[in-house]
Amino acid sequence: MKKIEAIIKPEKLEDLREALDAKGFSGMTITEVKGRGIQRGITLEWRVGEYRVEFLPKIKVELVVDDKKSAEVIAIIIGVCKTGSIGDGKIFVSPIEEVIRIRTGERGEKVL
Amino acid sequence: MNINSGDTAWVLISTALVILMTPALGFFYGGMVRKKNLLSTIMLSVVILALITVQWMLFGYTLAFGPDHGGIIGGLDWLGLMKVGGAPHAGYAPGVPHLAFMAFQLAFAVITPALITGAFVERINFSGFLVFTLLWSTFIYAPVAHWIWGIGGWLRALGALDFAGGAVVHITAGVSALAVAMVIGKRKGYGKDNMEPSNIPLTVLGAFLLWFGWFGFNGGSALSAGAVAAQALVATNASGAAAALTWMIINWSHKRPSVLGFSTGAIAGLAAVTPASGYISPLSALLVGVVAAALSYYMIIFRMKIGFDESLDVFACHGVGGIWGIIATGIFAQKALNPAGANGLLFGNPHLFFIQLLTVVVVAGFSFVVSYLLAKIVDTMFSLRAKDNEENVGLDIAQHGESVY
Amino acid sequence: MKKIEAIIKPEKLEELREALDAKGFFGMTITEVKGRGVQRGITLEWRVGEYRVEFLPKVKVEIVVNAKDVDTVIEVILAICSTGSVGDGKIFVLPVEEVVRIRTRERGGAVV
Repeated sequence: MKKIEAIIKPEKLEDLREALDAKGFSGMTITEVKGRGIQRGITLEWRVGEYRVEFLPKIKVELVVDDKKSAEVIAIIIGVCKTGSIGDGKIFVSPIEEVIRIRTGERGEKVL
Repeated sequence: MNINSGDTAWVLISTALVILMTPALGFFYGGMVRKKNLLSTIMLSVVILALITVQWMLFGYTLAFGPDHGGIIGGLDWLGLMKVGGAPHAGYAPGVPHLAFMAFQLAFAVITPALITGAFVERINFSGFLVFTLLWSTFIYAPVAHWIWGIGGWLRALGALDFAGGAVVHITAGVSALAVAMVIGKRKGYGKDNMEPSNIPLTVLGAFLLWFGWFGFNGGSALSAGAVAAQALVATNASGAAAALTWMIINWSHKRPSVLGFSTGAIAGLAAVTPASGYISPLSALLVGVVAAALSYYMIIFRMKIGFDESLDVFACHGVGGIWGIIATGIFAQKALNPAGANGLLFGNPHLFFIQLLTVVVVAGFSFVVSYLLAKIVDTMFSLRAKDNEENVGLDIAQHGESVY
Repeated sequence: MKKIEAIIKPEKLEELREALDAKGFFGMTITEVKGRGVQRGITLEWRVGEYRVEFLPKVKVEIVVNAKDVDTVIEVILAICSTGSVGDGKIFVLPVEEVVRIRTRERGGAVV
C-alpha cells in the first residue's frame, strides 16, 4: 500500500475531491497546512508598508491506496491541480505497512 | 443651582460612550499582536478600567480637579469623593451633577494610560505594568489635567485651549509611549521574525467602536447638550473620515489599500481633532484630518526605518495627532463658533497660536521626562520586562494561564 | 528520498526556517499541531481554579529531501531547536518513494 500525500492550492480542493470521488476514491484526510517551495512567501500590507509571510496556506490531501492504483491517483491530482503557475504544489508517495479499520479490526488492502 | 436634565442626560450617555472606548482599544491593539499575546494585550486595557476607576475615586480626581494649589495641582479636599455629590459644580459644569462630571472625567483618566500600552505589548511584565500605570496616572495625568482643565491650572489661566484632551490625553500618552519603549527595549526577534497580526477584524472592530465612542469623548466635552456638542460631533466625524481616506490613498499609492491602514488612519484623524473639535468649523476639521493622516503615516515609516520598537505606534497616532491637533486649534479656532474659545492664527490672533505651541512643548517635555524616570524606577524595583521564556511562550499562557483559539 | 518530520516549539519556527534557507532547503510544509511527550500537558487557569491541557501547541515541519541530505537537515534542526529543556520536540524520518511537482509533472530527486 502507498500513502499519496499531495500539497495543493486550497481552491483546488473541491474539484479534486469530485474528481477522486468519480473514480471511486472517496476516502481521504485533509489538513490545512502552510507551505513554501520555490515560490517562498508573499508580502502583505501592514499599516504602512508591508510585512512578509514566509508560508502560504495550502491543503494537504492524504490518501492511502493499494500499489497498483497509485499511478491513477497521481494522474487525477495532476489533472485537476496543474495550472502551470508557481505554487501548484507537490505529491509525495510513501510506503504504508499496515492499515486497520478501527470499527471492525479488519486489516490490509480490503480496508481501503 | 438647577440641574438641567438634557445636559445631564448627554453627559451621562457620553460617559458610557467613553468607557466603551477602553475595551475597544484593547481589541484594536489585540488584533495587531501575535496570537500568543492577544489576551494579554486586551487585558492591559481592560484592567486599567478597573484600576484607574478606583484610583480616580480615591485620590486621582481630587488631584486633577480639586481646589487649586499654585496652578500646579488640585488639593486633597475631594479625597474619596468627599463633597462631590449631586449638586453641580458651577465652575466645571453648571447644570450637571458634580458626580456626573467626575464620572465623565474618570472615563478619560482610564483610557489615557491604556493608550500607552501599545508601546510595550508582547513583552511587558504584568505586575510591573500595574505599578507603572498607577504611578503614571498619579504623577503625569493628574497634574497635566489640572494645568489645562482644572480651575486655577496655570495653562488654563494662560488661555490654552484643549477641548477634549489633545494634550491631556493624546500628547501625554503618545510621548510617554516613546519613553517607556526606550526603557523596555525591543521585542525578541523584532525586525527579523514574522510578527503577523493575530486578528485584523478584531482591530477593525476596535477602531470603529473607538470612532463611535469618540462622539461621547468630544461631543460630551461640551458638557451641555447644545450647539457646541453638535459642532464637536460633526468635526469629529469629519476628521476621522478625512484621515481614513487620506491614509487609504497614500497606502494605495505605495501599493494596496489595506484595511489595517484605513482603520489606523481613522484613529489618527480622531485623535488630532480632539482638542480642536469644539472650536473649529466642519471644513477645518476635514483639513485637520487630512494633515493628521499624512503626518502619522510618515512618522510610522520613519519609526520603522530607525528600527525603534514602539510596537503599535502610540506616538505616531496619538502623540503626533495630539501635537498637530493642539497646534491646529491655535490656527483654526473661531470665537464666533464657541464663545468659551478664542480666535486662532487664521482669525487674527497669533497669541493663541503661541500659547498652543507652549502647551505642546511643556506637556510633551514633562510627560517624556517623568515617564522615563517612572519606567526606570519600576524597571529597577519590579522589572518592567517579562522574562525571556515568558516572551517566547507568549504572555497569554505564561502570565495569565490562558490561551486563545 | 526521505521525509523528515520534526515536531518543534512554535517559537523556533522562524529561526529554523532561516537556518534551513541558508543551507538551501527552502521547501517545507508546516502544520499547527498539538502534541505531548514526556512533558505531558500543562495547567491553565479557569474562572476560578484551573483546568488541564493535555496537549500543547507545537509546529510540525515536514521536509522531503534526498537521502544524502538527511543528516544535514537533522543537524540544522538540532542546532536550532535543542534547548535542553523538556518540550523541545522530536524528529522522525520516513521513506518517500516518489515525488511529483504538479506544475511541471517532473518526478524524483531533482524536484526536492
